[in-house]
Amino acid sequence: MVEILANAPAEPAGTVTYAAAAGLLGSVWLLVAIPLVSAAVLLLLGRRADRWGHWLGVGAVGAAFVLGLTYFFQLRDLENKSVELSLWDFIAVGDLRVDFGLLFDPLAAVFVLLITGVGFLIHLYAVEYMAHDAGRRRFFGYFNLFVAAMLLLVLGNNYVMLYFGWEGVGLASYLLISFWYERPSAATAGKKAFLMNRVGDAGLAIGIFIMFATLGTTQYDEVFTGVGSLTASTVLVLGLLLLLGATGKSGQFPLQAWLPDAMEGPTPVSALIHAATMVTAGVYLIARSNPIFSANSTLQLVVVSVGALTLLIGCVIGAAKDDIKRVLAWSTVSQIGYMFLGVGLGGGAYALAIIHLLAHGFFKANMFLGAGSVMHGMNDQVDIRRFGGLSKHMKITWLTFATGWLAIIGIPPLSGYFSKEPIIAAAFEREDWTAWLFGGAALLGAGLTAFYMTRLFVLTFHGPARWTEDIAHPHESPKLMTIPLILLAAGSVLAGGLMAWNDGVASWLTPVLGEQSGEAHGVLSHSMITVLSILVTVVGAGLAWFLFRAGTATAPQPAGVLVTAARRNLYTDAFNEAVFEKPGIFLTRALVYLDNRGVDGLVNGLAAGVGGGSGRLRRLQTGFVRSYATSILTGALLVVAAFLAVEAGWLA
Amino acid sequence: MTELKLPSIDYAALAPTLIMLGAALLGVLVEAFVTRRHRHLTQLTLALLAVLAALTMVVLNADDRLITIGGAIAVDGPALFLQGAILVLAAIALLLIGERTVERGGAFVAQAAVTAESDDDRRQAEGSNGATEVYPLTTFAIGGMLIFVAANDLLTMFIALEVFSLPLYLLCALARRRRLLSQEAALKYFMLGAYASAFFLFGVALVYGFTAGMPGRPAGVDFATVNAAVTESPASPVLLFAGMAMLSIGLLFKAAAAPFHVWTPDVYQGAPTPVTGFMAACTKVAAFGALLRVFHVGFEGARWDFTPVLGVVAVLTMLVGAVLAVTQTDIKRLLAYSSIANAGYLLVGVLAPSAEGISGTMFYLVAYGFSVLAAFAVVTLVRDADGEATHLSRWAGLGRHSPFYAAVFTLILLAFAGIPLTSGFTSKFAVFGPALDGGQAWLVIAGVLTSMVLAFPYLRVVVMMWLSEPGDSTPTVTVPGGLTSAALMIGVAATLVLGVAPAPLLNLAAGAAEFVR
Repeated sequence: MVEILANAPAEPAGTVTYAAAAGLLGSVWLLVAIPLVSAAVLLLLGRRADRWGHWLGVGAVGAAFVLGLTYFFQLRDLENKSVELSLWDFIAVGDLRVDFGLLFDPLAAVFVLLITGVGFLIHLYAVEYMAHDAGRRRFFGYFNLFVAAMLLLVLGNNYVMLYFGWEGVGLASYLLISFWYERPSAATAGKKAFLMNRVGDAGLAIGIFIMFATLGTTQYDEVFTGVGSLTASTVLVLGLLLLLGATGKSGQFPLQAWLPDAMEGPTPVSALIHAATMVTAGVYLIARSNPIFSANSTLQLVVVSVGALTLLIGCVIGAAKDDIKRVLAWSTVSQIGYMFLGVGLGGGAYALAIIHLLAHGFFKANMFLGAGSVMHGMNDQVDIRRFGGLSKHMKITWLTFATGWLAIIGIPPLSGYFSKEPIIAAAFEREDWTAWLFGGAALLGAGLTAFYMTRLFVLTFHGPARWTEDIAHPHESPKLMTIPLILLAAGSVLAGGLMAWNDGVASWLTPVLGEQSGEAHGVLSHSMITVLSILVTVVGAGLAWFLFRAGTATAPQPAGVLVTAARRNLYTDAFNEAVFEKPGIFLTRALVYLDNRGVDGLVNGLAAGVGGGSGRLRRLQTGFVRSYATSILTGALLVVAAFLAVEAGWLA
Repeated sequence: MTELKLPSIDYAALAPTLIMLGAALLGVLVEAFVTRRHRHLTQLTLALLAVLAALTMVVLNADDRLITIGGAIAVDGPALFLQGAILVLAAIALLLIGERTVERGGAFVAQAAVTAESDDDRRQAEGSNGATEVYPLTTFAIGGMLIFVAANDLLTMFIALEVFSLPLYLLCALARRRRLLSQEAALKYFMLGAYASAFFLFGVALVYGFTAGMPGRPAGVDFATVNAAVTESPASPVLLFAGMAMLSIGLLFKAAAAPFHVWTPDVYQGAPTPVTGFMAACTKVAAFGALLRVFHVGFEGARWDFTPVLGVVAVLTMLVGAVLAVTQTDIKRLLAYSSIANAGYLLVGVLAPSAEGISGTMFYLVAYGFSVLAAFAVVTLVRDADGEATHLSRWAGLGRHSPFYAAVFTLILLAFAGIPLTSGFTSKFAVFGPALDGGQAWLVIAGVLTSMVLAFPYLRVVVMMWLSEPGDSTPTVTVPGGLTSAALMIGVAATLVLGVAPAPLLNLAAGAAEFVR
């Protein structure tokens, strides 16, 4: 423990330099501009755009995807793969210099492809999903706004730009969670997301202030180059604040409670924002700031702990939930826990976390859209106890969902196997007893994931039908919804293997995330871990299959301590209420009392004083020229007298 | 008899002024020879074209740094920047002046000589077209202002002062409605203006006396001589200080600094609203341009002597403007007091002893000009059957009736209050920063404190517009014609752009912050 807290710099940070954007890459700002303009058109034109607005929204994201792909190929041929484009000096006062600039590098490039690629498919799906909603145009306006903000977040070349995108996606997320604002639960969920994100955002903002105060800049290259000159404790505080921001946005412990509630939004929103992209912004932040996090091993330990703890919390709660979208939401929390574990391990695991993030983007979006398709066919039912036997009625949804399920639990050769198993292995490669702790947690998580995802899958698609009376024949969704499903299913099957092929993505990301640190030796051999992880997966899945193959009761059953606790989100909500809400309310009341009696008295007195003074002074404004002239003359005499007094040296 | 030698004249450098004055003369001819039906369009086009041409010449001359026409005019960075600013703001003001759809016939009286409140007066108010003499008057005023900011000696400056003041006195008297108030305002403005001009002239005489007797230099009132005299003159410094005091009184009167601000609320309220906007934007630029030149070029050497006195004036101005704004019940008077307080903030920039102070002041003038023109543009739109509804109680609940214009006005008020991401914030930053660097923290502290007081009346209006229930007497907002819309949109856009991306204009101002001597 002592050596862990010794703040030993893990790796010295080198100098970071970015090339200037030239040629086609000079137009990289279009990526942000296109969806932004589309959002503005959709929101400003109002009802006039109702007929064609959704296609504009889809087209804008499609165009951004094509552009992103072009830029991606441009980048491949470059020597220095980090291309910077400075648009204008955003803030330039005194020493504070903030560039309104973009950075297109391998890390940003893969995020751009994920956001616009998966985003495009989900937009397409939403055209049909939202077809009967009167607010479809508004929905697409917000959706485009989200894409623009998310692209700004990953493309900015300094922390202030990142913060802009960060707040932008927060805004879009808030608007979309409470999209059906007539529903009280949706409005409340929106507020909850807003408040919890505020806590994280405050951390991020203070982190940026510290950066400016200690390094005098917020540009990525200058911060990363200068981080070596900071004291260990500054780096620790800075990193913890950034981490607080990351946990808020990514639904990690201790700020995880908002994410499952965010499922009140329309399903495409859950798929795009609360599964595939926005919630991974925290992982992006840490991966982007890797020189800061790598500079302090205590910091890395905290990140790893947050990741490990959250992944277990997510699994345990996910296993006890009955709402299809909430199970998926807790699974998102848990999978992002894996990613945090990865970025916390540092070194080569940064790239592993990003690969898992990309793979997760595919299979989680796939499953969310699949859940949407199920709800579409089942009168918006979300309770998995009231599904069952749907495999016969929704063939495409069933098959595509199955690929997502197999991918997330990590069955080879689907995508999750290639992305999750290396993280588990990396967790076992730590050098002390913590290898057992974190490796064990990751391994246990894999088993639990297999259990609750299999439970979800079996209860939904297999076993006896337990539908509510109003449903006679569940129907498959229309083509516009199934085609994105099929494409995402293909991604769920192939993406992991393709990305792991020949270390393709890992070496692509090397310029940003640093060299991989050779062959490490874990406490267990790699093949042993592979076998173990497949084993726990099969055991978890098999157990779930055995328990739920014949369906389940449609009402909650009495359960033991653990299950009850899991059903209540492991009492985290109760904890929040007891520790933050109650004292908060008490404090507010106390402050209101103080405010009414003390501060208001003072302020009102002051205001009355100013007002009274103002009233008295106003009487000088009589309207008579003679009194004005007298006033001017008096002033003139005073000014002349003052000047003469200065001359005579009386005021010196 | 010695041969009379003409000084060399750089006509290209003088072109902006010549164009404006020429256009004004042409405007007088238009009044005489063009039929009444076509006059309005001809005059408006002529005035706008002249402003455009003059602005083009300013841009073409952008690199000039010279003194011409026998040392009377200095064409240097600040002069060109301020001339450009005056022309741009005047163009917007002209759009407001030219508007004839908001009120039938425009905001100006058809015949100024009709007895106020008589039957004839009521008839003309009902719809006869306004007098088109306003255009030559405005162009004369603009021409005078262009000379005022470029004058290189005190006499030229005085003449320019009169050239732009006299048309303004007349313009104030030309409101279509509330004729008595308008005439009263004009008369007050004229009498007090003449009073202040006398101080200015007396100051010029004293300074001239002070410059006499320097070895190897004739006496004179050009700034180079004055500047040299401050350090070299053998004459009694009493002359210098009394002269400096008198000069500053004349200029501070135009700038509406306390205690020489007394005319401002009455005149702003009585004058036709487009003219009020023109005065609030362009006269401010001209007055502070002259203050900058007089104190940074002429009396540079006496900086440590005038700074404390003018600093006290600045603090007093901020205080008076902010405190009195609190109890105003008329939107035009409220904006007048806000304009007084802003004069105080601008003085802080003038007193900052560096080029950044000059550039900050110039930036502030432009930013404030755009916002205040937009503010008065909104004021022209909120009206009932009797014309503009300027009493604040009438604005209650405006947000319900006309959310768009209420939102625009809210934005402008927030800019006045100095909220970040509006031009109000960047411009306050631009003048307070150099003052702090120059060691005048007390001015900045006073500025920040009064800004807080001043935010109260602004926010009161915002709260009133949005949170009050609209009463029966809440007027509707007239749909503006093209000209007012254009002026309003330019003003609002500039308020936003200068708040978000102020760097280009700040750089331009910084590059132009060097006077020639």
